[in-house]
Amino acid sequence: MDFGFIRESIPLYVDAALLTARIALIGILLSGMIGFICCIIRVMRIPVLRQAAAAYIELSRNTPLLVQLFFLYFGLPRVGIVLSSEACAVIGLAFLGGSYMAEAFRSGMDAVSKVQIESGLSLGMKPMQVFFHIMLPQAVTTSIPVFCANIIFLIKETSVFSAVALADLVFVAKDLIGISYRTDEALLMLVIAYLILLLPISIICSLIERRVRYAEFGNAGVVSGH
Amino acid sequence: MKESSILQINHLKKSYEDGLAVLKDVSFSMEKGEVVVIVGPSGCGKSTFLRCLNLLESVDSGEILLNGKDILKDRKEAYAVRQKIGMVFQSYELFPHMTILENVVLAPCLVQKREKAQAVLEAEKLLERVGLLEKRDAYPRQLSGGQKQRAAIVRSLIMHPELLLLDEITAALDPEMVREVLQVVLELARDGMTMLIVTHEMEFARAVADRVIFMDGGCIVEENAPEEFFQYPKSERAKQFLNTFHYEALEI
Repeated sequence: MDFGFIRESIPLYVDAALLTARIALIGILLSGMIGFICCIIRVMRIPVLRQAAAAYIELSRNTPLLVQLFFLYFGLPRVGIVLSSEACAVIGLAFLGGSYMAEAFRSGMDAVSKVQIESGLSLGMKPMQVFFHIMLPQAVTTSIPVFCANIIFLIKETSVFSAVALADLVFVAKDLIGISYRTDEALLMLVIAYLILLLPISIICSLIERRVRYAEFGNAGVVSGH
Repeated sequence: MKESSILQINHLKKSYEDGLAVLKDVSFSMEKGEVVVIVGPSGCGKSTFLRCLNLLESVDSGEILLNGKDILKDRKEAYAVRQKIGMVFQSYELFPHMTILENVVLAPCLVQKREKAQAVLEAEKLLERVGLLEKRDAYPRQLSGGQKQRAAIVRSLIMHPELLLLDEITAALDPEMVREVLQVVLELARDGMTMLIVTHEMEFARAVADRVIFMDGGCIVEENAPEEFFQYPKSERAKQFLNTFHYEALEI
């Protein structure tokens, strides 16, 4: 193990990690928005858009990110749309993540009982008010573990970005191996880089999970009666 | 049809998609300030009937006149109608992500656009009345079933409904909590609240009702003053129904 080499290449990994993190962040935020929009379309049963959302979700979930990226990076230029590596990565991640987030919202929405909705309606609330004040807060809380799993999954999915020539972590590692033949060091650092990126998020997620449960639904320690 | 009827139902019919008729031609009317209790065996359509009145179920034909206006005609008016007809559910249905106070003030602020401070003030007054003021900042999870149901009643009351529908509100409660909830309802009755109540608590029905309606097989079979109904039921089916309760009473 050549520690001098490792020390020298740290800045490269830091840059790549920052790039990965930035794209992951934007991609995940967009995923959440797409998921939320799909969720509204489904709950409100908007015709046409509903079928479109269903088609999108199936397309997105049933094709690998790598294939989606190839389509964006190599396919679209054929019809005159040229996107940068970064744009492809963000769009690809959002396209993939959107369906996962939509499903997370949906499972949360499904968990809200019908009578909850009716009790909102019986107070004179309109469907949109029921959606935002009764369904959504409960759905999001229920789905937080799924959101967290999705976030981690999407960050890990960024490892295929090098396929569209984006200088992410995997790209840097492969580059270093190509230049210096120091495979062990380069790959070890790759593992460590991902762990540094993901472990804190994993921990924060489980903390949020616990927090929100208590804050939203009251402390389980003082339950009495039913 | 009397002039003062707050609620007048004419020939209400409803069947489910599989063709099963739940309500077969139900007609009935209620005066302002009257408390009517509906009893009957499970599946007789009494809960469905209440749900129709709150426009939670669609109906096949018939009229529901609230203060002389047919609420079935304009479905867009449903939101306005539901503000006038409060409903309390068997399973309380407090919103689990809100404190008791938030549960109570949500609809007045959101639906009736009332001022928050004023709504909170009224909510506190109502909560105090049902003995829940100290629970104002608790979450539903932290309350007992009886407390939750009292809070649910308050949540309906703050909307100032002209008519309150209570759908088996003690059916999910432990026996010792039934009383505290029914006490609240008795007090409301004394204060002149117009209520239509579905219940299996016969003693309570007797105490609270101005009139008892016995439903079976989607029809109103018998309609009578509570003393008459419970002592001398006219129809054979009502007799049988009441006998089941006596049997159960002996068993306990």
